[in-house]
Amino acid sequence: MGARRYLTAKVVQALFTLAFVLVFNFFLFRILPGNPAQILARQRRLPVEAVRELERDFGLKDPLPQQFVNYAGDTLRANFGISFKFRRPVGEVIQGRIWPTVLLVGVATIGSTVIGLLIGIYGAWRRGSGFDMGSLGFSLVTYAMPEFWLGMILLILFASTSGLELFPLGNIRTPGGPASGIAHLLDVGRHLFLPALTLILALLGEYALIMRSSLLDVMGDDYIVTARAKGLREAQVLRRHAVPNALLPTVTLVALNLGFVVSGAITVETVFSWPGLGLLTVEALQAPDYPLLQGLFLLFSVAVIVANLIADLIYGYLDPRVRVA
Amino acid sequence: MSATGEGRGDGGPVLEVRDLHVSFSGRQGLGAGLLGRSATTARAVDGVDLEVARGEIVALAGESGCGKTTLARAIMGLVKPASGEIRYAGRPLRHRDLREFRRKVQMVFQDPTGALNPRQTIYESVAEGLRIHKVSGEEDVLVSKALADAGLRPPERFFLLYPHEVSGGQRQRVVIAGALALEPEMIVADEPVSNLDASVRGEILALLLKLRDRFGLSLLIVTHDLGLAWTVADRVAVMYLGRIVEVGPAEDVLTRPLHPYTKALLQVLPEAGGDLSGRSILLGEPPDPTRIPPGCRFHPRCPEVQSGRAAELGMEERNRTEVPLLREIRPAHFVACHLA
Ligand SMILES: Nc1ncnc2c1ncn2[C@@H]1O[C@H](COP(=O)(O)OP(=O)(O)OP(=O)(O)O)[C@@H](O)[C@H]1O
Ligand code: SF4
Ligand SMILES: [Mg+2]
Repeated sequence: MGARRYLTAKVVQALFTLAFVLVFNFFLFRILPGNPAQILARQRRLPVEAVRELERDFGLKDPLPQQFVNYAGDTLRANFGISFKFRRPVGEVIQGRIWPTVLLVGVATIGSTVIGLLIGIYGAWRRGSGFDMGSLGFSLVTYAMPEFWLGMILLILFASTSGLELFPLGNIRTPGGPASGIAHLLDVGRHLFLPALTLILALLGEYALIMRSSLLDVMGDDYIVTARAKGLREAQVLRRHAVPNALLPTVTLVALNLGFVVSGAITVETVFSWPGLGLLTVEALQAPDYPLLQGLFLLFSVAVIVANLIADLIYGYLDPRVRVA
Repeated sequence: MSATGEGRGDGGPVLEVRDLHVSFSGRQGLGAGLLGRSATTARAVDGVDLEVARGEIVALAGESGCGKTTLARAIMGLVKPASGEIRYAGRPLRHRDLREFRRKVQMVFQDPTGALNPRQTIYESVAEGLRIHKVSGEEDVLVSKALADAGLRPPERFFLLYPHEVSGGQRQRVVIAGALALEPEMIVADEPVSNLDASVRGEILALLLKLRDRFGLSLLIVTHDLGLAWTVADRVAVMYLGRIVEVGPAEDVLTRPLHPYTKALLQVLPEAGGDLSGRSILLGEPPDPTRIPPGCRFHPRCPEVQSGRAAELGMEERNRTEVPLLREIRPAHFVACHLA
């Protein structure tokens, strides 16, 4: 398959998925019990007239097809409505909270990928060794452990007054602390450490396991034996042949996972009061803040779709069987 | 063509295998590893003697699982023998000579698709050996020459292609070019054509023959196809359950076999098309390298035993207790059978 055709096919596929998500997002929030205006009214004990007015404001009295057209148009214009809770445009609210999540997920992804791949590579290379057995057990345990639990353990051990008190209990910075310069960066780093470590530990095991098995798979291939038979040293065989080929499935998985890591950050952000999208989602659910939820849901879905696309593109780039026209 | 054999290969042995043993412990997977080694040991190669002379083509034939690949890999130093000796150019192969050996002896695999790194261009694959051994000279000239010698012309056209972009036959030529680039003295080929379309098998075999004629290469070709052995080999070695049971000039072995096993193989040849990879051709239990019968390892399946002829000759006891050794029955034709 040509590179261009591959690329086009993948982008079209992503667009179709996106369209489906848009439609789904619309109906999901229409089939929830009670309309948003009523819920809002119940919470604030609004008179009936006010509810009617709200319903008109939200366009909830329009026929469904009309509502859909409005919704689609608004979404395409990046107009996601006004948040009930914050009384500000949803886009703005999300924008204000997106960077902490990007930072957390970014650091966690890079950290878990690098460490996970190294553990997997070394384990496969020294298959059956003490390191291999140990890391295998460690990977399985951290992979199986719920994130919130892991987070709480770390919190108790390293942040609470009954623990070591090495790190702050939560938030992204010390209130009233430094707001710029190196001191600020260090402050954020100290706050980032535990939540990032939790996510890294949660992701690490899977990456290590996949890399290990993928490498073991590749190491039995004839081209590896050929390279050895030609006199290539073992470390070179690993570096030049085995690892690049074994990376293919692993890197694809990491990219694929990215979308889920974003939404998966919800629990970690909650445990550490990390003011990102995860915590925002919890706040929106408690309200409940439908426009905000709808916006967040759309964003998470887009993250998954984009991650998928990235995975496909990386795969296409790394595998010459796809890449070459 | 097979009759060309006799005159060849009189330059003394390049490769000598002496009483080689290779066994695999029954350890399988992580679980068994944690639970300790199981007691079953497969004696895949169980006392092999074999020689390949300069410029000679030797075919190693036998049923699936008899240890052909293991023997080839042990010769290449890819699996560690339990005991025995491999001598190259008259000297025992020592660890410090391995690097030089790996330049002089090249291996070609059954499946050319698996034998080429899918992420490397053909140029990279062929050049790899040159780089490993730091061969002097212009790299692209050497790669060109190797590709051309392997019948890929014009060679430059193949430089930037990936393995998946050429046909199966061409892929095997790339593998052969990778071997030729190092100007080897010998090639060990493990079933080099059995994964190829019938239409290109002949071409690849013709190429191997041509390389022998042009460069005086020695070839050890593993095959389960006696027809192929007949076509290309000067000598044929027949292997059964980890041992060579008969070896000699190709024509002599294939037209006047002496070992009951070789005879049985050749009897089914017309129907099976010379291919031994299919179902078992003999009665009795299929051979199992974890449970090698005492005495003559072939006796449970031997037609001479089943027909009662061995008993008539008073050989039954010996078949079950005494391991038959290779004896030269006709000139250069050795057989390991008490009845021969
Ligand atoms: N790495 C290994 N570990 C354990 N057992 C092995 C291993 N490699 C081969 N064996 C066993 O050794 C025996 C000989 O195998 P080998 O691959 O050498 O046979 P072969 O003659 O090449 O067969 P085929 O014609 O199917 O290629 C078989 O019983 C096989 O199961
Ligand atoms: S030694 Fe005996 S059992 Fe073995 S092949 Fe010869 S006749 Fe058969
Ligand atoms: Mg084999």
